[in-house]
This record gives sequence, structure tokens and C-alpha cells, in this order.
Amino acid sequence: MPDPEARTVLEYGYGGNERLVMNMGPQHPSAHGVFRMILTLEGETIVAVEPVIGYLHRCHEKLGESLTYVQYPSIASKTDYVAAMTAELTYVRAAEQVGQIEVPKRAQYLRVLAAELQRVASHLLWLGTWCMDMGGALGGGATMFLYCFREREMILDLFEALTGARLLYGFHQVGGTRYDLPVGWADTCRQTIAHVETRLAEYEGLLEGNTIFLVRTQGVGVMSAALAQDVGVSGPLLRGSGIAHDIRRAEPYSSYEDFAFDIPLESAGDCYARYRVRMAEFRQAIAIVRQVLDGLPAGPISSRPGVKSVAQVKLPKGEGYARVEGPRGEVGIYLVSEGATKPYRMKWRGASFSNLAVAGHILPGHKVADAVAILGSIDPVFGEVDR
Amino acid sequence: MSASDLVWLVLPSFILLNGVLALITYLTLLERKFAARLQSRVGPYRVGRPHGWLQPIADALKLMLKEDIVPAAADRPVYNLAPIVFLVPAFLMYAAIPFAPRLALADLEIGLLFVLAVSSLEVVGLFMCGWGSNNKYALLSAMRAVNQIISYEVPFILTALVPAVLVGSLRLQDLVAAQQGLWFVAYPVLGQLTFVAFVVVALASENRIPFDIVEAESELVAGFRVEYSGMKFALIQLAEFTHLFGVACLGTLLFLGGWLGPGPAGLGPAWFLLKALILFVLIVWIRWSFIRIRVDQILGLSWKVFLPAALVLLLAAAVVVIARGGGGV
Repeated sequence: MPDPEARTVLEYGYGGNERLVMNMGPQHPSAHGVFRMILTLEGETIVAVEPVIGYLHRCHEKLGESLTYVQYPSIASKTDYVAAMTAELTYVRAAEQVGQIEVPKRAQYLRVLAAELQRVASHLLWLGTWCMDMGGALGGGATMFLYCFREREMILDLFEALTGARLLYGFHQVGGTRYDLPVGWADTCRQTIAHVETRLAEYEGLLEGNTIFLVRTQGVGVMSAALAQDVGVSGPLLRGSGIAHDIRRAEPYSSYEDFAFDIPLESAGDCYARYRVRMAEFRQAIAIVRQVLDGLPAGPISSRPGVKSVAQVKLPKGEGYARVEGPRGEVGIYLVSEGATKPYRMKWRGASFSNLAVAGHILPGHKVADAVAILGSIDPVFGEVDR
Repeated sequence: MSASDLVWLVLPSFILLNGVLALITYLTLLERKFAARLQSRVGPYRVGRPHGWLQPIADALKLMLKEDIVPAAADRPVYNLAPIVFLVPAFLMYAAIPFAPRLALADLEIGLLFVLAVSSLEVVGLFMCGWGSNNKYALLSAMRAVNQIISYEVPFILTALVPAVLVGSLRLQDLVAAQQGLWFVAYPVLGQLTFVAFVVVALASENRIPFDIVEAESELVAGFRVEYSGMKFALIQLAEFTHLFGVACLGTLLFLGGWLGPGPAGLGPAWFLLKALILFVLIVWIRWSFIRIRVDQILGLSWKVFLPAALVLLLAAAVVVIARGGGGV
């Protein structure tokens, strides 16, 4: 939290007590998009942080009101563009809740498949960029980054074969999914996840066997369970602080109750704990993907006809809230329908937005170098923060 | 002084300067290609077939054609002078480095001391860059640089002195000649430990990853060189590579037997270059495998680990000399 004294220092640049105000971002190599932090430093130590957001605001909630239930899912993916599948899923689930629309079993399984592959791809991006924050674009961090991107490419290839797009998919529609698996896709998928699984062990060998990585992450950015709950943190951050909350388990959706998986838990609450949680989540996601491929039922992929016109979905008057466990935590959408083809009001709950709020609490007291490590471990996506 | 005297005075320096310059230019390509293979990439490829061999020339040309930007609030004399102050000591190191017996610009009695002294001057240019830019990132980086280089120059010099103590001379030619039978790195226990310590401490005093907090592009964008563009930026890059290869040369002389190797004596310079390149690639390899360590951790490591370790090694060398009753490996 910005302390009042630090705020007054802001206006003058240099403070009387050897304080230095430094502006990090919105254009900064480790800003993870467009994030601005006004840091007040004493030497190298951060004494106050003022986060500034909003550089990527695109009026998503207003867009949701002016686009129909058929159009918006492919725009929803532009909020959290690193985990587009999850964002789409949240929107169509909210619409299905308002309209009391059943989703066929096969479509539910396909949604889980897409969501879990997306989790792997998203965590790969996180691991690569986080290591680059700590290790530099011209050094070992970049090596890790490129390794992670090499594997992420393979998952994007799978998505491309499935939907024709590599980043923003438009895979979901109200009532099911738009595409079924192409011929031979399941085998390629099995090979890919087996490959990613072997590479995970390599990453762990490269990082955990390295004392420098351990001293940079252990005991850095400690977030207590109480603080995490006060701020409203969710996802891997919350589980890294010792609270086993996962919506897939707490409030199963899309047939998650059919699959066996663990909820990885660490209690230390530091960067290393968050890293461990996400590394374990990789393996759990891969296990779920295998179960989906093994048990994929036959049947239709949507309870409603394919897209013919933008106004073909009309929902009754009512409201609904759907939440989904995304790679970054709880993503939620609250929809109010007035009985038209567009919602009357839509509200996003972005996981990154709530998670990022904790930065101001845990950054003070750390060094500048830790600021980027902690920010990276929070894993914010600014499309979702600013919406 | 006659005209021919003058030519003989200038010509060797001219050859050495340009030889080193050409070598350093291509070292950048070596590093990029090596890093690319490490990261399962191809690296520079398009400029000059095969394998982008013209890339360094293209880079140099590009940087020369770039606009030279001076920040409005910069301290102009300091800002403009800094890249030169940074570069000159790096080249001065080569003046005293012997590439083969008697093949050195200056055969100094105190060659080792001279090389270490000019190598330390780097920090002056670095601080001038950081201060002259009048940029907060650059200033933080310059403060880090002074902290780090002062902390690591001491253990660096102490480890470099271990061979000198064993041989009983500061003359680099003597140091190599004394390794005729046994390279110093093969010297039991003491040699290996000192070599490892030398490489690690050299990395730190060279600001290379994992100790490159001075550049730290993910925190300080580009550190002290954030405001530099065009040819001034090129000079800074050149100085860093020159300095780094100079330290690799020093390591070759002190630990890897300099120009010594099988074959006729004429092959000496080739052996020397080969060993220096291997040492250089080792440093590059470390750079592209590790993440960065934090500033307070670096300083703690220096004063609590490397300085005592270097002192113990130096003491051990002294004990060996006394037990043997004289210098010479």
C-alpha cells in the first residue's frame, strides 16, 4: 500500500531521506504486458508501490452488452488471451445458466479437454516468462523461455488442428462446442502430452537443481493464507499459501466430477511454493487430458444447432453467475438477461485482477530484483486485468 | 627519431589493435551461434551464407548508421566520454599479453599487475555511463556496478596471484614458461580449486550472468547503457567483449599453459587462441544456462565466500613455496 509519505515524495522525484522514485512500466521488459508500478526505493529496497492499471482497457463489459450470445464467445477469448479457452467457457456457461440449457456429455468432455490443454499451455508461458524475468533475455532465462515455447507450440498446433486458430479460438458456443475432434487428433494429443511430461522433468532438473534458482525464489514474496483470503486471491497463488480451494472440486462443472485428480497444495506461500503448485498442476492437467481421451463418450457436440445467424440464441429473462477454475484462478461472469439476443448487463471477475491486488501488499521490503520475480510468480495477464 | 623507427613503433600496435578488433567482432557471432544451438535455434543465418558469417559486419554497419541520441538532461561531456573511457582500458590489456614467446607488444616485468590494473579501470567508464545518462535505471545500475566490481576485484586479483606466488614472478612470460612440464590447472588440488575460483570470480567481475545485475534487463531495462544508441552503444558492447576475451586470455596464460602445446613452436599463437576460445565458450555456456542472482546475495557471496576462499588459496600457495624452498612450478 502506498504510504502517505511516499506519495508526497512522488511529486519531487528525490525525497529528503535518500528515497528514489522509480517508474517501472508500462513499457518495461518485465511488465508482462502493460503494467506500471511506481516504486519508491531506499537504495535497492522497495518501501512503497503504487500500481497503475488500465492501459489495456477495451470496454469488454460494454462489448458484452452490444454483442449477441453468438458473437461474444470469440471476443471473450480476448480478455485472458493466454488462456482463451477458459474465458470462452466462462461466458457460454453463464449463458447456459441463464437459459437453463443442457450440454451433451461429449461436449462437456471436449470442454474439459480444451480447458486442461489450455492450462498446460498457459503454465508453460508462465514458466518461460517468469524465468526470463529472473534470468534475463540474454541469458539462462531466455534459454528456459525458448524451451517452454517449444513445448507450447505443440499444444497450439493441437488447437490449430481443432479450431483453425492458434491463440483466440472461438471453440465454445452456447449449448456445446463448435468443433469435434478431427481424425487422428487424439493420437497426436497423446503423443504431445507424453512429450511435455518428459520435458517437465527436464525443466525441474534445470531449475530445482540450481542453487541460484532456489535462493531467488525461496522465502521471496511470502503471502500468508489470511492475506490471500482478504485480498481475494485465487488459483495457484491461493493453493501456494496453503488453502486447498479449487472450483473444479468445490463446485464441479462440465463433468469435472467424472475425473480423478489431485489439488496440489503448498504451505510456504513464497515464489517457490507457487512454482511447485504450478509444476504439479501441469501433471494433474495431463492426467485429466488422458482420462478425457480414454472416456470420451459418443454423441452430439451441441444441444443447439450450429451457427447460422448472429441472433439465433435468445435467452429468457433472468440472471446467472458462472465460475470456472482457469490457469490463473477463478474466472467468473455475471449475466443479466432481459429476454433478448444480447445480455442486458455483463460483469467479469478476472482472476488476474484480484491476484494482482496482492502485489502492493507483498512487494514492500523486497529488492527491485525481487519485484519482477514476485510479479512473475503472480502471473497476471493484462488483457484480463484491464478487460 | 627516424621515420622507420616511428613505423616500427606504430605498426605492431596497429596490427594488434585491428587483429583483436576483428577477432572480437566474430566472437559475437560465436556467442550467438553457440547460444542458438543451446536453445534449439539456428541463430543468425540470412546475412552471408553459410551460417550468417557476415552478420557481425552487418551489425556494425547498422549501429554506425543509427541516429546518435543524447538525452536532453544528460551530463554531455561525461556521457560522450564514457564509452571511450570504457573501451581503452579493455584494449590496453592486450598490450601486455604475450601470445607466444617474445610475441607481445610490451614484455613487462610486472605484466600481471599491469593487466589486472587496467582491467579494473573498467569500472570508471561504467560509472561514467551510468552517471552521465541521468537516468534512474542507469544510476541504479552504476551503483550496483561499483558495489560489485569493488567486491569482486579483490578476490579476482588474489586468485590470479596464486600462480604468481608459486612461480615467484609477475612476468607473464615467466608464468607460462614455468608451466612447461605441468599446466597450472593440472597442479594437484590447489590448481583446480584456484582455476574454478578464478572462473567464477572472473564472471562476477565481468558482470556476466549469473552475476550480471549491472545490465539486468528484466529489472533495469539495460542498466548503465539504457540511454546509449548507435556507435556509442557499439563501443560499449565492443568494450565488454574485448574485456571478456582479455580475461579469457589471462586465464589461459595463468592456468592453461598459454602457448604451450604439442607440435612445432610456431603453432604457439594457435594453441593460445584455441585455449582462450575454449575458456570464452565456457563463460558463454554458463551465461546461457543460469538465471541471475540478486544484488545483496552477490555481495554476500563475495565477502563471505570468495574472499576468504581466495585468501586460503593464496596462503596454501605460500605454504607450498616455503615447503619447496623457492619459486617455480
